[in-house]
Amino acid sequence: MLSYFIRRLAGAIPTLFLIIAVSFVLVRLAPGGPFDKERKVPATVEAKLIEKYHLDEPLPQQFARYVAGLAQGDFGPSFKYPDRSVSELIGIGFPVSLTLGLSAIALALAAGIGLGIWAALRQNTWIDYLCVGTAMLGIAIPNYVFAPLMTLVFGLMLGWLPVNGWGEPRHMVLPILALAIPQVATITRLTRASMLEVLNSNFVRTARAKGLPEMVTLLRHTIRAALLPVVSYLGPAVANIVTGSVIIEEIFRIPGIGRYFVQGAINRDYTMVLGVTILFGALIILCNLIADLCYSLLDPKVRYD
Amino acid sequence: MTTPQFSAMEPVLEVAGLNTLFATPEGDVRAVSDVAFAIARGETLGIVGESGSGKSQIFMSVMGLLARNGRASGSVRVTGTEILNAPVAELNRVRGARMSMIFQDPMTSLNPYLTVRRQMTEVLMTHKGLGEEAAAQASIEMLERVQIPEAGRRIGMYPHEFSGGMRQRVMIAMALLCGPELLIADEPTTALDVTVQAQILDLLMQLKRDTGMAIALITHDLGVIAGLADRVIVMYGGRIVEQAPVRDIFRRPQHPYTEGLLKSMPRLDEHGVTRLQTIGGQPPNLQNLPSGCAFRDRCAYAFDLCAAERPDLTSLGEGRARACHLPQLGEVA
Ligand SMILES: Nc1ncnc2c1ncn2[C@@H]1O[C@H](COP(=O)(O)OP(=O)(O)OP(=O)(O)O)[C@@H](O)[C@H]1O
Ligand code: SF4
Ligand SMILES: [Mg+2]
Repeated sequence: MLSYFIRRLAGAIPTLFLIIAVSFVLVRLAPGGPFDKERKVPATVEAKLIEKYHLDEPLPQQFARYVAGLAQGDFGPSFKYPDRSVSELIGIGFPVSLTLGLSAIALALAAGIGLGIWAALRQNTWIDYLCVGTAMLGIAIPNYVFAPLMTLVFGLMLGWLPVNGWGEPRHMVLPILALAIPQVATITRLTRASMLEVLNSNFVRTARAKGLPEMVTLLRHTIRAALLPVVSYLGPAVANIVTGSVIIEEIFRIPGIGRYFVQGAINRDYTMVLGVTILFGALIILCNLIADLCYSLLDPKVRYD
Repeated sequence: MTTPQFSAMEPVLEVAGLNTLFATPEGDVRAVSDVAFAIARGETLGIVGESGSGKSQIFMSVMGLLARNGRASGSVRVTGTEILNAPVAELNRVRGARMSMIFQDPMTSLNPYLTVRRQMTEVLMTHKGLGEEAAAQASIEMLERVQIPEAGRRIGMYPHEFSGGMRQRVMIAMALLCGPELLIADEPTTALDVTVQAQILDLLMQLKRDTGMAIALITHDLGVIAGLADRVIVMYGGRIVEQAPVRDIFRRPQHPYTEGLLKSMPRLDEHGVTRLQTIGGQPPNLQNLPSGCAFRDRCAYAFDLCAAERPDLTSLGEGRARACHLPQLGEVA
């Protein structure tokens, strides 16, 4: 199992390299440059800057320089904040984003799985209809609509929660909800559908025919099997939360790397945008790998060796 | 639960006035209507009938395994204890312990995510209160009894590592762990290769001789019934249309439908195996059963009374009964 994990990690390196290369090129393709300000810097200063950031070198050489830096964990200097490196800035922003993302995933899994199981066990009752109906809404409404709506209701109209800022737990409530709700909805639907299928399966019928206590039939035979599709969805769910966090952090003014990304994109802070993109890419690859491993632990038909 | 006082003659299973309905958007489906029968200790009862005649749903009702939209009413007694619509906890003292069931599709009837060991030991740990190790030992012995080679090693495997026939053997072993008085086998060989079919049936009969358990054998293969059953129930449109000791039913069927079934059996004649005749027409619509005899559209003997009045299942003596308005039929030539 460990050797499989290591092999998969090694296999992810080409993917990551591709992400780096494509992002590197795409960032440079965007119109404008880091020093196009309203107030033009003097030509001599600009020449100095260009030299400092090696923008005068041919692109392949710049790329090689960048990758060599990456290999040592150096994301390069920021174009916007010349005295700070991107690694430093990410080091400040990443814990914030991680807290937000992990909380959202945890909430999405707990609520989605719980509601899905509950709805399936109460199929065609009002509980089921309520869960399914809410899930439909959660899927249909994108979070950039949902977030301002919640801000309006809970922040401005009811005044229960702060609408932006960071540092206290109450600051986290609305952003985590906004980020998690679409995933709660998707996981609820997924769990419910898979529970209904497993509940009708022949092997659950066998478990009942064996006279096992209902709890054993439910936990050992039904839920365990029903969670497999949810585990497969873990990878995409993480990807959705990561991309969602970019928007949510901007809306709620949270000092995470999602905001750096947006600011970086506006300022043409090449290294910043690249750094965050690569970090996101690596994160998604890692989470997919973990999801695959969980799946193989649950399903004996999947064997890696 | 009170210990039932039963005589040696008391049936293992006694079903009376059983009606099973499924609620569907298009109306109720009457899968089982007024079914009554009993299975004596050690007896093998065959249940035959075409697809959709209600064979499986009788025993799904008995085992409390109906689909969510199904409702059963009437009475089901297992060695004297009423279990129909009993609370699940009460039902679970009987299922898997005194009465077990094996199913048609061994490929999907075992849990693919658990080892055979887990699926077997949980039965003994639940019903007999055995510890994990003792349960595993007893399970290995049972696997050996159903002739699974290298049982000690293979018990640790997952179902997908077994062939279809081997999986059905595992299902049988699992069903027999607690020494049930009744084994319900719902078309246990339909999904298997012909050679494997014979092996599984042989195994069932050998186990029956060794243990003295009763068997309810559901099949649409009359040939299987001829070789193995003591008594036969013929189902049509959710009702029992004929009931008889096995030797009599082949010689003198008393219901036109049974007669049709016998004629459609492949037989050996001078040219080898030939399928003689099939019963024409469609099975009845269980959502809207016709008045009178449900078989009348397909019956060569039908007359006025058949449309007006439904024939009741009436005794002919000698353990025989049938539901038909005709005078008794003669012997088959
Ligand atoms: N959940 C359900 N909802 C509606 N109708 C059902 C349901 N389950 C079974 N039925 C109907 O009940 C009738 C009897 O089904 P049953 O499974 O007992 O047939 P069977 O005699 O065992 O046939 P087969 O030989 O094909 O197994 C069938 O017409 C079937 O369509
Ligand atoms: S009752 Fe009439 S229709 Fe029904 S089987 Fe007998 S003869 Fe045929
Ligand atoms: Mg059936």
